[in-house]
Amino acid sequence: MKKVIGLLTAVGLMTAPLVQASTVTVSGSTSVAHVMEVLAENYQNTTNKSVEVQGTGSSAGIRAAKDGTSMIGMSSRNIKPNELTPKTKEIVIARDGIAAAVNKANPVKDLTQEQISKIYRGEIKNWSEVGGEARPIVVVTRENGSGTRGAFEEIMDLQRSVNGHTVTAITTSAQVGNGNGMIKTMVANNPYAIGYISLGSVDDSLNALSVNGVAATDNNIAAGDYQIARPFIALMNDDAPATAKSFIEYIMSEDGQRIVAEEGYIRVQ
Amino acid sequence: METASKMEMTTNVSLSPAKKIDWVEMLFHGLFFLSAMVGVVSVITIGWFVFYEGLPAFKEAGVLNIIFGKEWLPPALYGIASMIVASLASTMGAVLIGVPVAIMTAVFLAEIAPKWLANIVRPAVELLAGIPSVVYGFFGLIVIVPAIETLFNIPAGNTLLAGVIVLAIMILPTVITISETSIRALTPTYKEGALALGASHIYSIFNVLIPAAKSGIYTGVALGVARAIGETMAIIMVMGNAPAMPGSLLEPARSLTANIAMEMSYATGIHSSALYATGIVLLAFIVCLNAGLLYLNRKRGHA
Repeated sequence: MKKVIGLLTAVGLMTAPLVQASTVTVSGSTSVAHVMEVLAENYQNTTNKSVEVQGTGSSAGIRAAKDGTSMIGMSSRNIKPNELTPKTKEIVIARDGIAAAVNKANPVKDLTQEQISKIYRGEIKNWSEVGGEARPIVVVTRENGSGTRGAFEEIMDLQRSVNGHTVTAITTSAQVGNGNGMIKTMVANNPYAIGYISLGSVDDSLNALSVNGVAATDNNIAAGDYQIARPFIALMNDDAPATAKSFIEYIMSEDGQRIVAEEGYIRVQ
Repeated sequence: METASKMEMTTNVSLSPAKKIDWVEMLFHGLFFLSAMVGVVSVITIGWFVFYEGLPAFKEAGVLNIIFGKEWLPPALYGIASMIVASLASTMGAVLIGVPVAIMTAVFLAEIAPKWLANIVRPAVELLAGIPSVVYGFFGLIVIVPAIETLFNIPAGNTLLAGVIVLAIMILPTVITISETSIRALTPTYKEGALALGASHIYSIFNVLIPAAKSGIYTGVALGVARAIGETMAIIMVMGNAPAMPGSLLEPARSLTANIAMEMSYATGIHSSALYATGIVLLAFIVCLNAGLLYLNRKRGHA
């Protein structure tokens, strides 16, 4: 019995590096990881090659691609020039809209970009100011550094400068939830809450607002009419292994892009 | 003559140490020593790592700006005063509510409850200790948060108060178990003496048994405080996590632990270092807590 266990351990130790080498490692933005996992699963089923996806956040994903700790990095925000070296390529694999969402019981269905911005700045504090009930607005936001929050702040002009740094202009009394799921739970359970999540994560539990009269739909984002949208980017070094390159090719193929669309994001090919 | 020399030999053998090295003995000595070192080495490694990662933030932003700064605005300002207040307030609140309940439960289990009832209550309390904190958080989110909303007629129940209530429940098992053990460990003479002098049962509990079991109860409370100040998941789910200074118990707040856990995955550079700096402050609180406990218990030892 001991011998068998020893043998198995030895075989395991010897084959472990082999398994790792053929596995495509992907890490980064939790928003991109959502669709990447589905892509990986389908890729594994069709080609029998394995892909490992980890949601660690955009900044971590960019770093991982640059350092080569992951073969592919994922980012859900535009990459700053000093974050990458020239040998790292950016590939836009899909587009995503951010939905401003409210509780289903909330009669407010449409806000202007300006109104949403003011709500997040803490300048509009009551739903009655935007055509709702006379109740205080419960503002819900993502944590500092989250890709969705970064994209939302950038698009909604929710940034200000302090000591030469760009910082958030979102009111400090806003409730903070980490992850799309947490925001969904908070908004779905509070009739006076407003939050923002990836459009792909919107479901029946809450109500996505239309912005400037434009509904948050794929077509409106692809047409450029819906304003709160952002790219999903895959990052790969020039010297990445062939397995990683063929996975990217799969994502950009007809099959891959069909999955992107099925998951609720907007295809780029 | 022969017998004498034989006896001499026997004595020699039994009294002189074996000249051969006892490898098994040494092996186990080494093993015990190594085991003991695992904890010490872990503490040193964690301490070194947290300081190594956190010091750049203190250098860049300044110790006072971090500890007394009221604004958390990475990458410009890294003030964690509001989070220190939130952590201390939630912990103190939890102790104020949780500890009296826990001590009374301990007394009930050790002194008052009939055996069959104690055998129901005790496993229930022990089960409470095994519930994962995410479940406490979920319970808080769907029961306590809405209850606070209706009770106080406020728009969002994710408040400091919700955190206090969840933490108060979470520290119960620790304080109850240790207090009950220390009350049970007292020699019966304390209680018998008090009763013989004509004291009532309740009088002897409050004036004899609890004071005598003080050091055990202190230990229980200190472990409870450590659990409360270190709790993360449940707090993230119920306290709202707003980085603003909480003005009352009915406002959202962010604890030190929540700050680290929420932003660690995304933070880079000084922002990440500032989160380790938050960890240093947390570590300092825990060290103070343990030092305080040692002091209290040593004083009692001398008395």
